[in-house]
Amino acid sequence: MAKDAKPRVKVPKLAAAGETITLKTMISHKMESGQRKDSDGNKIPRSIINRFTCDFNGQNVINVTLEPAISTNPYLQFDAVVPEAGEFKFTWYDDDGSVYETSKKIAIG
Amino acid sequence: MTLSRRDFVIGAGCGVAFASMSSLPAYASLVEDSIAAFTGGADVVSGDIVLDAPEIAENGNTVPIEVSAPGAASIMLLATGNPVPAVATFNFGPLSGSRSGNTRIRLIKTQEVMAIAKMEDGSFRSAQATVKVTIGGCGG
Amino acid sequence: MRTLLAISLSALVGSLAWAGEDSSLVIDGEEIKIRATAPAHADALDEVYSGWVFRTDETQALQMDDFENPAFVFVDQAIDMFSKVDGTEGKSCASCHDDVAEFAGLRPTMPRVVDGEVVTMEDMVNGCRTKRMGAEPWKWSSASMTAMTALIGLQSRGTEINVKIDGDAAAQWEAGKELYYTRVGQLDMSCANCHEDNYGNMIRADHLSQGQINGFPTYRLKNTKLNSVHGRFKGCMENIRATPFKEGGEEFKALELYLASRGNGLSVETPSVRN
Repeated sequence: MAKDAKPRVKVPKLAAAGETITLKTMISHKMESGQRKDSDGNKIPRSIINRFTCDFNGQNVINVTLEPAISTNPYLQFDAVVPEAGEFKFTWYDDDGSVYETSKKIAIG
Repeated sequence: MTLSRRDFVIGAGCGVAFASMSSLPAYASLVEDSIAAFTGGADVVSGDIVLDAPEIAENGNTVPIEVSAPGAASIMLLATGNPVPAVATFNFGPLSGSRSGNTRIRLIKTQEVMAIAKMEDGSFRSAQATVKVTIGGCGG
Repeated sequence: MRTLLAISLSALVGSLAWAGEDSSLVIDGEEIKIRATAPAHADALDEVYSGWVFRTDETQALQMDDFENPAFVFVDQAIDMFSKVDGTEGKSCASCHDDVAEFAGLRPTMPRVVDGEVVTMEDMVNGCRTKRMGAEPWKWSSASMTAMTALIGLQSRGTEINVKIDGDAAAQWEAGKELYYTRVGQLDMSCANCHEDNYGNMIRADHLSQGQINGFPTYRLKNTKLNSVHGRFKGCMENIRATPFKEGGEEFKALELYLASRGNGLSVETPSVRN
C-alpha cells in the first residue's frame, strides 16, 4: 500500500495574520478494515492509516485518531489559525509503520 | 426483521427502501466501553455540540460527517451499529481554528452516529444523528 | 415465464418520482451541461440528463469541488505516470506529448470509427504503449488505464459531447443500437428497459439514470475506484443475470459508441462521482 499512498492538501496561499482558514486533506489509501473476507473466506488483515497530524511552524493544529470506519482515501477537513507566515506540515501514519508527509507554505498579506 | 437470501431476492423486486432498523445498537456493550474509555465514567450531557450527517446515505461506504463543539479539547465519533463502533477522535491543538472536523465514514447499516466532546473544563457533551443507509439498487 | 418476468420487472421499478432536480453543476466556476435537448438519433428521449442529476445532494457535492472529488487522487497518479518512462523504447507519454493539455477536445469525440473498427480512449492509450513505447498494454479497466483515461478526459471537461455516428461510423453505431435494445440474460432485459423506459424511477433504493457515459471513467462510492465504461456495462449485464461480453470486445465497443452518441449535447464530466 505504501507505494500508492499519495497525499493531497488544500491550503490557501495567503492569509491575514491571525486569520482562521480551512484546510482540506486527502490521501489515497485502501483503509482495509479487517472486517472483510477474501474469496477463500479468510479475513483480510486490517491495514489503515491510524493517525493524522497537522502542525504549523512546529505547533499542533490537530491530531486525529482514525479507525477502520474511516472511508477509503481518508478525507479530513478542519480549521487552523495562522499567526504568522510559515509552513503547514501534514503527516499520516500507516499501520505498516510507513509515514507519509507533505507540507505547504502560507504567506501573510 | 430477518431476511433470508431468498426473501431478499424477492423483496428486491418490491423496492425495499432501507436496511432494517433496530431500536438498540447491536454492539451496545462495545459502544459503552468506548464511551467509558473516553469519559472515564463522567456524566455526559447533550447540547453545545452539533453533529451534521445526512438523513439518508446513498452509500454506506462514504458518508460525510461534520462535527463542531466550541470549547472542546477533543471530539470522539462513534458509529453505534458498526462491528467496531470507534470511528475517529479529533484532538485540537493550540493552533486549531475551530473545534470542528469533517470527514467521510463507513456505516454498515442504518444506525445512530454519536459524537462526544470533551470540553476544556473537563465536562462532556454529546449529540446523535440517525443515518439511514440504503441498500442501493444496481448502484449499491 | 414471459408474463411472470414482465410482472416482476414492473414491480422492480417503483412509482416514486425522481426528485426532478433543478440544481446545476458548476466546477471551479465552469458550468457543466447536465441537461440538453436529446439528439435527434435518440428518438425515444426528449431531454438527456447526466447521471449526476439522479444522485443525492451529498454525492453531487463530491463532484462540485475537485479537491473533494476522490477521483482526483487517481488523476494525480496519472500526472506522475504521464512522464514516467516505460517499455523498451525508453519513452514516456510526455516524450511525444509535451503537455497532457494538448488532448483538450479529444474526449468529446470518442469513441471514433477508424477503418470500420471502433477506437476507444483505451485503444489509443494502449496503441501508444505498445507501438511507440514498447511497453505492455494496460488491462482495460486497470487502475493505471482508468487513471490515464480520466486525466486525458479531464482536459475536455465542460466541452459538449459530439460523437460522429454517420459515414464510416454508421454500421458500428447500428450494431450498438441493436445491442441496446436486445433483451438478454435470465431477467430478459435490455439496456432500454431500465435506462430509457424507467430513468428517474426507483430500482430498490436507488434512482435509475439514463445510463449516460459523459462522466466516465467515474469514481463509484460502491467500489471506491475509477470505473471504465466497459466495466460498468459488465456490472449491468451481471445484474440482469446475463453473461457479460468481454471488456474491450467489439460488442461493448459498439455499445459504447451508441451510448456516447445518446449523450451528444451534454458536457464531458470526466471524472465524475456516482453511487
